Amino acid sequence: MINLEIPKKLRQLGDMAHAVAEGMFRPISRKYDRFEHAYPEELDMLRSILQGMSDGGSGMGADGLSQKKKGKSKDIKNGNNMAVVLNMMEICWGDAGLALSIPGQGLGNAAIAAVATPAQKKRFDGKWAAMAITEPDAGSDSAAIKTTAVLDGDEWLLNGEKIFVTCGERADLVVIWATLDQSLGRAAIKSFVVEKETPGMKVTHLEKKLGIRASDTATIILDNCRIPRDNILGSETIDTKKSFAGVMQTFDNTRPVVAAMSVGVAKASLDYTCELLSREGLSFQYKANRFEIPAIEAEIYRMEAELEAARLLMFKAAWMADNGKPNSKEASMAKAKAGRVGNEITLRCVELCSSLGYSENHLLEKWARDSKIFDIFEGTQQIQQLVVARRLLKKRSKDLK
Amino acid sequence: MSNNYLIKPMSMALEMLGRISSSEHINRWKLREPALKLVYEGMRQSVRIGNFVQSRYLAAKPLDHDETLKKNIPPKKDRFDLTLTREQQMVRDELLKFSKQVIRPISRDVDSGEVPSAFFDQVNELGLALSGVPESIKGAGTVRSPISNMLMAEDLAYGDMSLAIASLAPLGFVNTITEFGSREQQARYLPSFTGDQFFPSSIALMEPEARFNINQLKTLAVSTNAGFRLNGVKCMVPLGTQSELIIVFAELEDHGTRGFILERHYPGIRIEKESNMGLSGAGMSRVVLTDVEVPATALLGEEEVHYSHQRMIDLARIGICGLSLGTCQAVLDFVLKYANDRIAFGEPISNRQAVAFMIADMAIELESMRMLTYRAASRAEQGLPFHRETYLAQLLCAQRAMQVGTDGVQILGGHGYVCEYPVELWYRQLRAVGILEGTFLV
Repeated sequence: MINLEIPKKLRQLGDMAHAVAEGMFRPISRKYDRFEHAYPEELDMLRSILQGMSDGGSGMGADGLSQKKKGKSKDIKNGNNMAVVLNMMEICWGDAGLALSIPGQGLGNAAIAAVATPAQKKRFDGKWAAMAITEPDAGSDSAAIKTTAVLDGDEWLLNGEKIFVTCGERADLVVIWATLDQSLGRAAIKSFVVEKETPGMKVTHLEKKLGIRASDTATIILDNCRIPRDNILGSETIDTKKSFAGVMQTFDNTRPVVAAMSVGVAKASLDYTCELLSREGLSFQYKANRFEIPAIEAEIYRMEAELEAARLLMFKAAWMADNGKPNSKEASMAKAKAGRVGNEITLRCVELCSSLGYSENHLLEKWARDSKIFDIFEGTQQIQQLVVARRLLKKRSKDLK
Repeated sequence: MSNNYLIKPMSMALEMLGRISSSEHINRWKLREPALKLVYEGMRQSVRIGNFVQSRYLAAKPLDHDETLKKNIPPKKDRFDLTLTREQQMVRDELLKFSKQVIRPISRDVDSGEVPSAFFDQVNELGLALSGVPESIKGAGTVRSPISNMLMAEDLAYGDMSLAIASLAPLGFVNTITEFGSREQQARYLPSFTGDQFFPSSIALMEPEARFNINQLKTLAVSTNAGFRLNGVKCMVPLGTQSELIIVFAELEDHGTRGFILERHYPGIRIEKESNMGLSGAGMSRVVLTDVEVPATALLGEEEVHYSHQRMIDLARIGICGLSLGTCQAVLDFVLKYANDRIAFGEPISNRQAVAFMIADMAIELESMRMLTYRAASRAEQGLPFHRETYLAQLLCAQRAMQVGTDGVQILGGHGYVCEYPVELWYRQLRAVGILEGTFLV
C-alpha cells in the first residue's frame, strides 16, 4: 500500500541522529572548517556513541548497507538501507565534513560489507576502512586505473598512486582498486585491503579543499607494497563475462547515501534561511496564487519541492535495496537529483540571505561550499545521467559513451 | 451492527460481475480474465471493508471535513511502501490496456473533432463514477481512495489527457457530493451514476481572468427568499455542454466560497464549448450564469455545510498532478523508442549524450513529480494534513511537466512539431497542468 511517510521506528532513530548533529556537530562545525587537517578529537567519543546505537540495531553504519537477498519473505521491509540514508541525512544536517570523518563509517566499510567473505569480515571487524579508487589519470573512468596488483608467492605486490582518498590518513584500512592485467580492461580490476602501517604504503599529501574540510582527503603512494594473498575482496580469477558489475555494485548501495548527504546539507541551508527570513517577518503559508506571492517566498517553496523530490527519490532507492529490488537506475536518479538540487539550493540560500549568506558569521556560505562535492564524488552528475540513460535506453557503454 | 453491511458490498460485486461478463467490449479488449479476477478481488475485499463503508457513508450526519478521510483504511503497517495494493495493480493493468487500446487510437481525432458517443459507453462500463458512489446508494460500495483515484488519472492520461478528464469528470462530481454534500443530496443525485448510461456531470471553478485567483471568485451568489441567485462566468468546465449537473463554486456574501449544485434546466444558464490550445476532448466549456435562481437545497451541504474550499482545491490538485504523470510517461516512452530508432550521422541519436542526458533528466524529473504526488495522495488517504505536500506537488508538476513536454518535442526535432506524431499534442496538453484548478476531485 502506497505510503511515503517514514515509519515511527525509523523516525526515532532519525531524531537521535538529529540530536547528535545539533548537539555535537554544529558547535564544532566552523572550527574544523577553519582548521583543515586537524583531527576532530570530539569524534572519538562519538565513535562509541555510534557503536552503541549501531549495536542497538539503529543501522547507523555504512557496514549495514547491503542488498537484501531475495526469496526470504514477501513482506515489505524498511530496513538497514533506509535507516542508513535517514541517519546520514540527519547527521549531515549537522556537518557533512564531520560526518565523513566519523571513525568506522568509511566507504571502504561499505565495500567490505558488500563483498567480503565471512572470514574477512571477521578479520576486519571494527576497523575503519577508506576507499581508494581515483588516480591522477583516472577519475570517473575507473576502468582506466593503472595501479597494479601482482601475485608474488603468497602475497600481492601493489604499485601505483591513489588520490582523493577520503579518510585516507585517519582510517585503519584502505581498500585499493588495482588491476591484475591492464590489457584485460574492467574485468581485471579487483579491490584489495591494505592495513595502515603496511610497508610500501604511505600518505604523501593532504588536499586543501573548497569544502568538507573536516574530512581528510589523502594522496597515497603504493611502492612495492606487500599484502597477504587473502586480502583480495572477491574472486582472484578474471571473468571477462562478469566484467565490472561486481565491483560497481557497491555504488548501488552508496549512491543513495551520498544523496542523503546532499539532502541533509541542503535542508540545513533551507531551514536556516527560513529561520532568518522569519525573523525578518516573512511567513510561509503555502496559500495564495503562486504568482501573487513575494518572489522570495515563491523561491523557498520551489526549493522545498525540489528538496522533497530528492529526499523521496533517495528513500525510494534505499527502500528498493531493502526489498531486494535491483536499484541501479533509481540509485543514480536519486544521486543525480540530490546532487544538483542540493548544490543549487545551498548556493541560492546564500544569495537570498545576501551578506548574511556570504558571511562566515553564519554557516550558509560553508554549506554552499560543502555541497558541491555531492555532485562529484561517487560518480559525478554526468556519470549518473549516463547510468540512468543507459538503463532507460538499454544501451551498452560502448554505444552510449 | 447488522451483517447487512457486510453482505451488501458483496451483492454489489455480484451485480458488477453480471454487468461486466455480459459486456461485448470486455471480450474485444481481451479483458475478461482480468475483469473476473478484479471482481473476485473486489468480493474478497468487500467483506473486509464492509465496516469502513458503513462508518464512512451511513453516518447520521455528514462527517466533519477533516474526519471524512480518516475513516478510510489506515495503513495496516507503519512503513514506507511504494507497492500498489493487489486491487490497485489490477485496476492499473486494466486502465493501461484501455488507454493503449481504446484511448490512444482516437486521441488525435478527438483533438480536432467530437468524442464518439461510443467512447462514453465504454467508459461507463469501466465503472469509474460508480466506484465513487456509496454502496448504500447502489454504487460499487468501495471506500473512496484518493490514491486509487489519482492512479486512475495517471493511467488514463497515459492514453490521452483530454479523454482522461472527460472520463473522470463525473467521478469528480460524485466525489464532491460524497465529500461535501448532505445525505439528501447524495441520495438525490448519486443514483444517476449507477445506471447503464454515462452520466455527464462536472464541477466549475475556474473563471476567465488573467490573474485567476482560487480564493477570490468573481462568481457571486446572493440569498433570496427561495434560495440563491447566481451570476458569473465559469470557464474550463469539463464536459460542460453535455453536463446534466454542474457544481458551481461562487462567493456567497458573508459566507465565503460555497458550492451550488446546478441542474441543467435552470433558467439563465448558457454553456458554450471553448476552443483552447489543447484538451479539446475534455469538452472544456464556458458556463455563463445570468440571474440563475436555485433552490435552497442546491447549496452544497445544505444546512450543515462543512465545505472547505482549500480541501476541495487540494483534492483536485492531486488529480491534476496525477494527469500530468500519465501524459509525461507517454512522452518519455515515446521519446525512448524514437531516440533509439532515429538514425543521424550513422548511428541512433540516443548514442549522443546531448540527447541521452536530456532523456535521463526527463525520467528523473518525472519520477520526482510522481514521488511528490503519491505522497500528497497517500497523506490525504490516511487523513493526515496534506495541504503543504499538495502545494509542493503542484508546484513541481506545473513546472516539470511542461519541461518534459517541450523536451519531448525537442528530441523529435521537426518531427516533433508536426501532427504526424503525438508529441506536439502532449505538449499542448501539458501546458494546462500549471493552469488547471478544480477540474475533478480525487
